[in-house]
Amino acid sequence: MKTSRRDFIKISSLSLGGILAINPLLNMAMDSDDNLQDDNKIKQFPTYCEVCFWKCAGWVHTKNDKIWKITGNKEDQHSNGRFCPRGTGGVGMYYDNDRLKKPLKRVEKNGKQTFVEITWDEAFNFIADKLQKIKKKYGAECVALFTHGSGGKFWGHLLKAYGSRNISAPSYSQCRGPREAGFIATYGKGIGSPEPLDIKNTKCMVLIGSHLGENMHNGQVQEMSQALEKGASLITVDPRYSTVASKSKFWLPIKPATDIALLLAWIHEIIYKEYYDKKYVEKYTYGFEDLKVHVKNFTPEWAYGKTTIKPDIIRKTAKEMSNASPSVIINPGRHVTWYGDDTQRLRCVAILNALLGSYGKKGGIYSPEKYKVPKFPSEKYIKPKRDWRQAFPGKFKLAKLALASGICDATILSAERDCSFKGWIVNGTNLITTLPNQANTLKAIKSLELLVVIDTMPTEITGYADIVLPECTYLERYDMLRVAKHRKPAIALRMPVTEPLYDSKPGWWMARELGLKMGLKEYFKYENITELLDWQLKKIGSSLEEMKKIGVKTFERKEPLFYGEDEEIEFNTNTGKIELYSTVIEEIGFDPMPKYLAHPEPEEGFYRLNYGRAPMHTFGRTANNPNLFDLMEENNLWVNPKVAKEWDLKTGQEVWLKNQDGVIGSNSIKVRVTERIRWDSVYLVHGFGSTSNKLSRAYKKGLSDSELITNIMMDPLMGGTGMRGNFVTFLLKEPKNNKL
Amino acid sequence: MRYAMVIDTKKCVGCSDCVVACQTENNVPIGYCRDWVVESLKGRYPNLEIEIRSERCNHCTNSPCVRCCPTGASHYEKGGIVKVTQNECIGCSACIQSCPYDARYTHPDGWVDKCTFCIHRVKEGLKTACVSVCPTNCMYFGDLDDENSEVSKLLIKRKFKVLAAEAGTKPNVFYLI
Amino acid sequence: MKEEIILSGRLNDRIDPILNAWHSEIPIYLFLGGLAAGLLFFAALFFILGKEKEYSTAVKFAPFIAPLGISIGLIALLLDLTNPLYFWKLYTSFRIESPMSWGAWVLMFVTPLSMIWCLIYLKEFFGLFGEKFKKISDLIFDIKIVNLTIEIAKKQQKVIAWILLLSSVVLGVYTGILLSAFNARPLWNTSILGPLFLVSGFSTAAASIIWMAKDHKERILFSKIDLALILVELFLIVHLFMGFMASSQAQIDAANLFLGGEFTISFWLFVVILGLILPAFLETLELKGFKIPVAIPVLLVLIGGLIFRFVMVEAGQVSNYIY
Ligand SMILES: Nc1nc2c(c(=O)[nH]1)N[C@H]1C(S)=C(S)[C@@H](COP(=O)(O)OP(=O)(O)OC[C@H]3O[C@@H](n4cnc5c(=O)[nH]c(N)nc54)[C@H](O)[C@@H]3O)O[C@H]1N2
Ligand SMILES: Nc1nc2c(c(=O)[nH]1)N[C@H]1C(S)=C(S)[C@@H](COP(=O)(O)OP(=O)(O)OC[C@H]3O[C@@H](n4cnc5c(=O)[nH]c(N)nc54)[C@H](O)[C@@H]3O)O[C@H]1N2
Ligand code: SF4
Ligand code: SF4
Ligand code: SF4
Ligand code: SF4
Ligand code: SF4
Ligand SMILES: [Mo]
Repeated sequence: MKTSRRDFIKISSLSLGGILAINPLLNMAMDSDDNLQDDNKIKQFPTYCEVCFWKCAGWVHTKNDKIWKITGNKEDQHSNGRFCPRGTGGVGMYYDNDRLKKPLKRVEKNGKQTFVEITWDEAFNFIADKLQKIKKKYGAECVALFTHGSGGKFWGHLLKAYGSRNISAPSYSQCRGPREAGFIATYGKGIGSPEPLDIKNTKCMVLIGSHLGENMHNGQVQEMSQALEKGASLITVDPRYSTVASKSKFWLPIKPATDIALLLAWIHEIIYKEYYDKKYVEKYTYGFEDLKVHVKNFTPEWAYGKTTIKPDIIRKTAKEMSNASPSVIINPGRHVTWYGDDTQRLRCVAILNALLGSYGKKGGIYSPEKYKVPKFPSEKYIKPKRDWRQAFPGKFKLAKLALASGICDATILSAERDCSFKGWIVNGTNLITTLPNQANTLKAIKSLELLVVIDTMPTEITGYADIVLPECTYLERYDMLRVAKHRKPAIALRMPVTEPLYDSKPGWWMARELGLKMGLKEYFKYENITELLDWQLKKIGSSLEEMKKIGVKTFERKEPLFYGEDEEIEFNTNTGKIELYSTVIEEIGFDPMPKYLAHPEPEEGFYRLNYGRAPMHTFGRTANNPNLFDLMEENNLWVNPKVAKEWDLKTGQEVWLKNQDGVIGSNSIKVRVTERIRWDSVYLVHGFGSTSNKLSRAYKKGLSDSELITNIMMDPLMGGTGMRGNFVTFLLKEPKNNKL
Repeated sequence: MRYAMVIDTKKCVGCSDCVVACQTENNVPIGYCRDWVVESLKGRYPNLEIEIRSERCNHCTNSPCVRCCPTGASHYEKGGIVKVTQNECIGCSACIQSCPYDARYTHPDGWVDKCTFCIHRVKEGLKTACVSVCPTNCMYFGDLDDENSEVSKLLIKRKFKVLAAEAGTKPNVFYLI
Repeated sequence: MKEEIILSGRLNDRIDPILNAWHSEIPIYLFLGGLAAGLLFFAALFFILGKEKEYSTAVKFAPFIAPLGISIGLIALLLDLTNPLYFWKLYTSFRIESPMSWGAWVLMFVTPLSMIWCLIYLKEFFGLFGEKFKKISDLIFDIKIVNLTIEIAKKQQKVIAWILLLSSVVLGVYTGILLSAFNARPLWNTSILGPLFLVSGFSTAAASIIWMAKDHKERILFSKIDLALILVELFLIVHLFMGFMASSQAQIDAANLFLGGEFTISFWLFVVILGLILPAFLETLELKGFKIPVAIPVLLVLIGGLIFRFVMVEAGQVSNYIY
């Protein structure tokens, strides 16, 4: 055999490399610190983050063609060049070796169900066949999509092409739905995401249960810090001493579930002390006099009895807000499905913002703008005859989007319904831990004829699928452009940094391939997504090539960011005004102005189950991420020292929890005795306690709050599932037969 | 030149971004860290106070770890940065014992590792990885000998403390309180 | 309530949750170093005093343990290095402020010196074992350079003795200073540790000599020496604690590790009572003429000395200024 000179060099340098790696004595020139910035080996690729839904744009850096680190894109308004811990730790998504690797199919072997690996072709054939059968037998409307995250665009498109409009997201009915409904009822427009709050210019921000800083919505946290630096004051209403409470001028340790009383008292105070912005109220609002009468008796003293917040604090904080008006934000929060009267609570928030004249004003709520990117040509969708609403005649009229929980309920066979859902496509949402009342979800899943799950990780929901499709991580794929609204309209590109690991594939490819199998060619008139992206970008004067270099492109606004002085504004409501008195809510038969309702309280020996976020994790999606797991392995149960004393609990001690319905959590949790939580509640971070043993790190680490949320307080206006009406008690020994 | 870090405990939310950012930037192996975050709570519900601190090597001016190192692996760099030269470190752990802050650890490859004040970035005029990533912008890096630097100005304007001052190490990481 | 928690990070192996950077190798190393220092000290001292014949065990035979002890100690130290392939870096510089560096160099110096010392008495040493080692002995003494070295050494033995005397004190003190140089550990942050380790090392050496000595007079002398050393040690220990209790909270906390804390029993029972007071008592009885098996007090002192070093190294790593 002839060896060319080139080969020879390769071999000898290779073997030298081998020695270098093994023998540290020869390793001297390789001080890793000094080697990091060797430019030749470092490259960067644009992306936008998929670790939560704030979608920060940034750069993925590779060293020697291996993914090294992720940083923010300085041009990007979501991140301002800084990622949050979860985004920074996004590299762990790629390196997690528990990832889904191949398409899986549920089969029966010797009477037992297991997954077998199949080819993509087999998977698509199976799904296409099932979907066609369902369409023939029940109608395409009997298939629903549950989705969270970027891939939803492709699956939504496929579903609409197939003939169904049931596209739902738990991030609506279990999250921000009531906020959108409350604001639409008031302003004719929802808040949307990212929230158009001018936090950096505000003089006073009121946080009602929103725990910014733990809730790590990047841009908001950054701006809050800027505002603090400029001397803005924070007013935090939270029964728990949240991190942001510790940064606040006023912390109002409210009794849980009584926020509406406080909000009404504030409205009372602001109206009767004439703190409100008279010009603004007169010009833009409808129903002020009605509201004034309505809140007449809701005095701070009245609220004190409900909320345990002292009247003088209520007065002082009302004054604080009005001093800052109009540069004041009553933060609408985001996860607001608490007690079932949530739309009404968010109505109070909307009303307060209106009274203080902050909506549309600097330091208040600005008008965001979004860039119009043309849609890639495609066949028109067929309009389906029915949708999820038919399952709930006359109910949830303020729901703007399909209710994930509603579709789940409507899947369970019922004599009253003429039809129920037969097929689910679940993309990037872990319904088992995301929807409340797990027993209900499992019952729904049992009634299905087809469950397809598209995910990156073997989370709980994948275990119930007929077919599991492994998606590659966001670092290995293109997605649609991020076209988000912000102060300035902007677009961002996500591109793959490397080839996908294993046999995982991008969502766009899966949806297209499946579409082709189902004969929907006219809806997918592109070979590759790069073709689609380049087409879109060229239409707006850019190109894929340009975007690969810059990642983010920002455009000038068309309209001013804030309302002008005395500007005439037509709001998209019945009256064309900001409706303090909601005509829409009155039309559907509910209170046009919010009322306080007392909610159940824990019985002796029980504590309210409070939950929230930890800054270093996004729900369960990061629980198994090696980098973020390193920061926080499990959640703890926060217990007030008084309660701990009563139960003789010590920090670090394991306990089990049982809720008001006798449901026991499947795993134990370690106690953290801390003054940060009230004596009537316990607190834990949502997203832990995975029951999927395929997640080698996250499995059985901590406790899942979802298992204990069996009581749902349904919002009658829009169908949000209030999840904070659950009470738990401690079990000090491992319960017998503890199987979920 | 005297490099220093100033950290505003009033703004820090304890998100630990500084910890992951350091881990990825500096290839700190999973399971180890060069910086960490401490939450310190005082009081009784509802009269409470929290201080949150992102901690790391203090690059002490009077650093026992440099003094006790038998090989000179631990040494001062320009600007007072305390650094370990990997291939001079024998792993005797003397420096680990000598550091009152437990800021050092043994890298799985054998040598002792700790925060370098991201000297490789500082040399290129960049801020350290942790400072650059912090979402609340609560960390500052600069030269204390330059009275116009951000860090110098902050230490004039604000009340501050250093950790375990009684250990006499003269730390160069300052906490605004 | 005050609550201080680590939100994230601080999970470094051997550092957290408690510092555990040094394991059994270091106390063994310190023990053997102290023992060797004492043995060499006594050998040199009695040689200088011209008592080579009277105290032949101390001068001629006990020193044979020293190079052996030092070598085992060095191996132990080497084993504790996490980057041992670089150990030679210890000898590419001398760091005047680093006790580790001092230790490395002192050992570098003392080890060959102690070997030369032993060489001088090698023939006699082999003689002790009768015919058994004849062959090896002959082999060694056939080597020219060996004989040459012995010859030169014998001529310069006074000088060697003086150097040994001084360097053994340095070695003995060093075993304590190695710890006390670390101000970061409140328990070690005291100047008493140097003398304490020195005295303790010498005491273990004296005990070993008692054990090896056949001559009654030599035994009696070293019993007296050991007794005196033990008394000094006890006195230093009392001082140590008085110093701690009069100092900062961190040092009071450190002392409390021994006063009710997790090291109370191992220290007071095994080190002080069984390792110091009981052997002192037995040695006194023996001096008074009671028949006591010599091995008992000797073993107690040796084991006590070893445990002492284990306890000090472990407890020191637990004691802390922060959190
Ligand atoms: N790090 C991180 N950040 C995230 C997420 C994440 O997973 N991780 N998720 C993102 C998403 S999708 C969302 S929706 C947001 C959610 O973020 P938020 O909107 O801030 O979330 P909530 O769960 O409503 O708020 C939790 C807080 O409400 C308090 N609380 C509980 N009961 C009551 C009550 O009766 N009254 C009042 N006033 N307060 C109460 C709790 O003590 C806790 O501090 O976070 C986003 N940001
Ligand atoms: N008990 C309880 N329930 C809650 C909440 C709570 O606080 N407590 N919070 C509610 C709120 S605010 C929200 S917004 C919802 C959110 O709940 P979900 O919509 O379920 O959101 P995640 O938990 O982030 O979804 C995670 C799933 O997406 C997968 N995934 C991650 N990256 C990708 C990807 O690139 N592609 C695909 N295909 N999949 C991916 C993950 O592996 C995981 O299975 O939960 C709600 N439900
Ligand atoms: S807030 Fe954090 S996790 Fe969410 S998109 Fe931005 S960087 Fe990613
Ligand atoms: S990144 Fe900044 S805010 Fe977050 S913990 Fe570190 S110092 Fe604090
Ligand atoms: S903090 Fe510790 S490691 Fe850093 S310079 Fe000071 S003593 Fe050395
Ligand atoms: S472990 Fe390394 S850096 Fe530390 S003292 Fe020893 S040789 Fe120096
Ligand atoms: S300065 Fe650099 S090395 Fe030090 S903690 Fe920050 S990121 Fe890590
Ligand atoms: Mo959410």
